[in-house]
Amino acid sequence: MTGHVHRDDLGARLGMWLFLVTEMILFGGLFIAYSYMRYRYPAEFHHGGGELNATLGIINTIVLLTSSLTVVLSIVAIQKADKRKAIAFLATTIGLGLVFLVIKGFEWAAKFHHGLYPSAPHLGTLPQGEQVFFGLYFTMTGLHGLHVLVGISVLTVLARMVGTGSIRQDRYIHLENGGLYWHLVDVIWIFLLPLFYLAA
Amino acid sequence: MSGTHASTAPPSYLVDTGTRKGLMAWLTTTDHKRIGVLYLGAMVTFFMVAMGVGFVMRLVQLTTFQKLISAQTYNALFTVHGVIMIFLFVIPGLPAVFGNFFLPILIGAKDVAFPRLNLTSWYFFMAGAILAVLSLFTGGGAPDTGWSFYAPFSLKTGTNVSLAVFAAFVLGFSSMLTGINFITTIHRLRAPGMKWFRMPLFCWAVYSTAWIQLLATPIIAITLVLVILERFFGIGIFDPAKGGDPLLYQHLFWIYSHPAVYIMILPAMGAITEIIPTFAKRTIFGYKAIAFSSIAIAAVGSLVWAHHMFTSGMSNVAQIVFSLLTMIVAVPSAIKVFNWVGTLYKGSIDFQPPLLFTLTFIFLFCIGGLTGVMQGALAVNVHLHDTYFIVGHFHYVMFGGTVMGFFAALLYWFPKMFGKMYSKKAIYASWFPMFVGFNMLYFGMLILGMLGMPRRYYVHLPQYHTLHVVATVGSWFLVLGLLGFFATLLYAIFKGEKAEDNPWGGLTLEWTIPSPPPVENFDEIPTITAGPYVFPQEAQ
Repeated sequence: MTGHVHRDDLGARLGMWLFLVTEMILFGGLFIAYSYMRYRYPAEFHHGGGELNATLGIINTIVLLTSSLTVVLSIVAIQKADKRKAIAFLATTIGLGLVFLVIKGFEWAAKFHHGLYPSAPHLGTLPQGEQVFFGLYFTMTGLHGLHVLVGISVLTVLARMVGTGSIRQDRYIHLENGGLYWHLVDVIWIFLLPLFYLAA
Repeated sequence: MSGTHASTAPPSYLVDTGTRKGLMAWLTTTDHKRIGVLYLGAMVTFFMVAMGVGFVMRLVQLTTFQKLISAQTYNALFTVHGVIMIFLFVIPGLPAVFGNFFLPILIGAKDVAFPRLNLTSWYFFMAGAILAVLSLFTGGGAPDTGWSFYAPFSLKTGTNVSLAVFAAFVLGFSSMLTGINFITTIHRLRAPGMKWFRMPLFCWAVYSTAWIQLLATPIIAITLVLVILERFFGIGIFDPAKGGDPLLYQHLFWIYSHPAVYIMILPAMGAITEIIPTFAKRTIFGYKAIAFSSIAIAAVGSLVWAHHMFTSGMSNVAQIVFSLLTMIVAVPSAIKVFNWVGTLYKGSIDFQPPLLFTLTFIFLFCIGGLTGVMQGALAVNVHLHDTYFIVGHFHYVMFGGTVMGFFAALLYWFPKMFGKMYSKKAIYASWFPMFVGFNMLYFGMLILGMLGMPRRYYVHLPQYHTLHVVATVGSWFLVLGLLGFFATLLYAIFKGEKAEDNPWGGLTLEWTIPSPPPVENFDEIPTITAGPYVFPQEAQ
């Protein structure tokens, strides 16, 4: 079945947007849980937020926002048929993604060190609302981190495709879709930042 | 099985044309028709398994069999029956089989928008199915929570809930990807002149369904992830000991699982809407009303979830709002029934097996729908909650509705899919025990529930015994009919007479191409100039 070669960039973009909708709703379920729990335990959430390192959160926000810019710049480069620049910008984006994960890793390590992780003996002695707060914190930032990781893998594949020429000036829908995914990861973080780090 | 229309005709999709042959050609296909058939094969197998499990469950209620089956096994049986039927058959059923096979043909396209993604969805489906089966035999044994995995029991039970829940997560992924594919296909690949209101109504139903798949499935996905995280790490969101709330689980679960009921029923309604004009030889009555009622069901159906939780604890205001919305969602369903009957009225009816199953669908669905409205009323709900009435009700809707709709669609499109005709007499003969057994079984359950028999109980009080016997005997007739039905179709695939291109005199695009269809569906993409059901005698 050789099949028909059928190309529909608009369709591909529509499909990607629909996929992003599912991702947003996936996190939406967690946002529902967060809103409800915060309504139930306002004081504990306030206190829990105080335990987080807002400076690192804000640095990470800047890192991710910059990476969203570089991914766009790589699309602009491919539109101008500048393959080298496109790859360089993608590499920058991937690098920034890794920086984000490293910072996140340090944050998590500090929380573990202080016994603030689910099922930790110390956390069990804290008020229930704070236990839920850290349960949500690890779930939501963890799931987001997983998305960053997936995004990095996708961008790596895309960089390779730019290298081999299967993404080029007249055919860059895959790169655009990959960029859209990266922006989504970014947008979700922008919601996570105030909900956790700035809740104090 | 080969397409032998004319020597010049392109080969049928059933003939291997690529470099791969046989099984490998099927497992690597991106042809929407082959993928539809792959789903059909897998799903009928799962259906038979879950039917067998259901059969054994009914035997438990004849108390003599309790020597063979322990209470724990019984819990596992109803969980497995529910999980397989819901996640592996009823939810994906019609969209995955007939949506895949016929949606592109009905809108005049050569394939879906993302053929490779389509195959990926099938693999996700199979992976989920295999994980679900594995969960029965590994870990702490088959899950015993019921298909709804309610917290906090699902967090605490030693049985293999994590794997079963992960299986459902993977299946959800398959469902979402299919939804994305169908929406994009309908938006982008309609043939020239195939305006939105010229689409066959099955496409509208699949379109509405795809939106629910897209918007609701992620919620169950994240909920199931939370159950897994809770079991492995104790994050505490559903665990009252850690400040969590099991009610939150119920809400999140039903935010998906109620709309999922409409994922199940809408495509069946769509198939019914295709069948009725063909056998009434009349254009459908109220095309736009049916199209919009699909959308309305999808929209309102997303806002009624908490009617599963009237006894779980929520404010009176919330109860009344959800009760009202539940009543409202019955309206678009009733519009459809009215339009189907309106189409049959004064039609020149050609009575054939697909129409028999269609009428069965309408009859059983009406009972299912009306008992649903009964439960929407708050006071009645408190009495009926978690009784056999609920079990009877949803089997009328899911089995009497979706599965009968599935059977009707299968009978209607079978000659097109396989190029063979089945024995109509054998179908009629298997319909009879199916119908009688169905009503003995599930109407028996409705009465049992009214009398107070709780669901999921291993034992029952003596006053319920007679009706339990009636229901169990009914299940034997039902299984007999189902076996006859599938045997007839299986026989027809291999030994059936060759089917004509248009055996029923249908007007939609699938009947304009050979049976079975060629690989590319259409030699030339058709140009559409009129609505789908304009029969010649009416056009004058």
